[in-house]
Amino acid sequence: MAIWIAEDSKLLIQGITGSQGRFHGEKMVEYGTDVVGGVTPGKGGQSIELADREVPVFNSMLEAINATGADASVIYVPPPFAAEAIMEAADAFDRVKGEGVIVCITEGIPTLDMVRAVSYVNDRPGIRLIGPNCPGIITPGDGGGCKIGIMPGHIHAKGRIGVVSKSGTLTYEAVAQTMSIGEGQSTCIGIGGDPVNGTGFIDCLSAFEADEQTVAVVMIGEIGGTAEEDAAAWAAENMSKPIVGFVAGSTAPPGKRMGHAGAIISGGKGTAAEKFAAFEAAGIHIARDPSEIGAVLKVALEQAGLL
Amino acid sequence: MNIHEYQGKQLFREAGVKVLDGVHCQSVEEALAAYDSLGSKVVAVKSQIHAGGRGKGNLYCPNDGTLLMEGGVKIAFSREDVEEFATGILGHILVTKQTGPAGKLVSNLYVESGCAIAHEYYLALLVDREEKSVLIMASTEGGMDIEEVAENTPEAIHKVWVDPAAGLLGFQKRNLGMALGLSGAALKDFFRMVGSLYDLFVANDCAMVEINPLVRTEDDEIVALDAKVSFDENAEFRHKNWGDLRDLSEEEPTETRANEAGLSYVKLDGDIGCLVNGAGLAMATMDVIKLYGGEPANFLDIGGGADEAKVQEAFEIILEDPNVKGILVNIFGGIQRCDIVANAVLAVSENMGLEVPLVIRLSGTNFEEGRAIIDASDLECTSVETLAEGAEAIVGLIGGGQ
Repeated sequence: MAIWIAEDSKLLIQGITGSQGRFHGEKMVEYGTDVVGGVTPGKGGQSIELADREVPVFNSMLEAINATGADASVIYVPPPFAAEAIMEAADAFDRVKGEGVIVCITEGIPTLDMVRAVSYVNDRPGIRLIGPNCPGIITPGDGGGCKIGIMPGHIHAKGRIGVVSKSGTLTYEAVAQTMSIGEGQSTCIGIGGDPVNGTGFIDCLSAFEADEQTVAVVMIGEIGGTAEEDAAAWAAENMSKPIVGFVAGSTAPPGKRMGHAGAIISGGKGTAAEKFAAFEAAGIHIARDPSEIGAVLKVALEQAGLL
Repeated sequence: MNIHEYQGKQLFREAGVKVLDGVHCQSVEEALAAYDSLGSKVVAVKSQIHAGGRGKGNLYCPNDGTLLMEGGVKIAFSREDVEEFATGILGHILVTKQTGPAGKLVSNLYVESGCAIAHEYYLALLVDREEKSVLIMASTEGGMDIEEVAENTPEAIHKVWVDPAAGLLGFQKRNLGMALGLSGAALKDFFRMVGSLYDLFVANDCAMVEINPLVRTEDDEIVALDAKVSFDENAEFRHKNWGDLRDLSEEEPTETRANEAGLSYVKLDGDIGCLVNGAGLAMATMDVIKLYGGEPANFLDIGGGADEAKVQEAFEIILEDPNVKGILVNIFGGIQRCDIVANAVLAVSENMGLEVPLVIRLSGTNFEEGRAIIDASDLECTSVETLAEGAEAIVGLIGGGQ
């Protein structure tokens, strides 16, 4: 049954009247996502056409969830206001339903804003934040599914491989690799490349381990921090399903920020070499080249008696 | 974004964190005038560059590379000393553990009063990405390399994490001070100082504030003798003063230009230019080039949804690097449309001419349209379907590889 997002989850778009919100709103509806409305303060009462449907705009998340019973929201709000949008969604989901999934796509949110927002979300145990600075989450279905974010829908197919990644475009690369050996995906999650974010690798691995649809996981990390090492250590103790791992940034020079705010090797810590070593020690199947992920996954599935 | 010590100390001063009197100088004359005006018998003459390890660094002549002076931070006991040190520092190349062998040209000096030091400490504030909160780290081992202290005597480092909702609490400040062995007036001064510093950190959207050393004077005052401050660039929109604090001469000019165009670019030493969408894929592209025996000339992420003008700018930046012998374009379109990249590549090759081999990999959103545009043109390039094929092709074309 995939993780966190079902094929028929109901979605709200925060920032629905902006160009990003509208553009990706259409793409999500075309894919099959059940977009039930959106929020832009001051534009409540209007409606917006997204592909073949017309959805209502609300002034607040509280109003929107009350009216639509939404399960999740996606945020396409500019950086100065994005952390506030996360907290508004967390507050509203918590009050109305006691649970909800918030996916924040926005890139460039100040780190200290995220420190506050993540702390706010964590005070509300039923609320899950994915991102920010991420492609989102997708659960492919039979002829459609639920796509929340900016990933190209057409590259995915329903299947049994879970995908989790810090990077957007590398997630697509990993998806294409699973498809190259005839495997589809249960759920794909981009957790984002910022130093402070919501859902992490371990949350995803733990959910994939518990998910019946998922039989194996592809995990894509990158330089910076120790999230990959922590996840590897956790997986060694807790995962029965095979994992295929890749880490981007083997050639990155120390002390330089490589695009993502979090992708920086500081004080000799956070190198790709350390992360690959941690993967290896945890029994994770390693791909040194993203174009090899398919082949390595195939071997892992064969070894586990799944092919 | 990094700033100089003298700028960091001005922020400290305004926030109520004690620093010594000092003057920012750009010439030997200014340094001498600073010495006269400070009225302190002993002063420190400090090189201002955006890198640590200045005290143990060496100064070299920019023309012939001869060693001119040892130590980028000098203690002067007379006006003559100030003249000698300022002359030895300004206009010369300072090489430290952190600058790399090329070093950095020193154009700024800070002349600062001396004080009577009783003990040196280390203090730093940064965002702890694992704990997702601001971490305050202090040690009694001031003046030393903190990474060494962390490795050899981790028990000498004391840590406090700040709950963002509650802020830095009184007991945390007190406990940290007591862990450093402070008491009486010094503890009181530390308590006040660390509170001011946390407020400064938050108000200025800092990424890191490091004071090494923070000292207790013989009069039991807590004074910051150093100030290493860096800002979180994502917060630039709400800090109009950062434009004035930015020292462009400390930054790679091409990186600054790319930054202004909304591109992420980092120059590297190799000869294969890379143009990629997405930071992770851009890093992976470099990694795979290396796996196939090539060396990437740069990291370049055009971001999501770049228009033709932005892609053209990215191409120009790559082509201006004289080391580039070949280019690999690697696009997996999500928001990014492949046809836009294809059109931009054609436009650049028409405007600038393309004298190096080009390999293009287009995948994802509108890849058929993109490939059709390339195929229909008379652009000389190799079109491939996967990253590995692309890396192999470009390495082969420039005659490198193993």
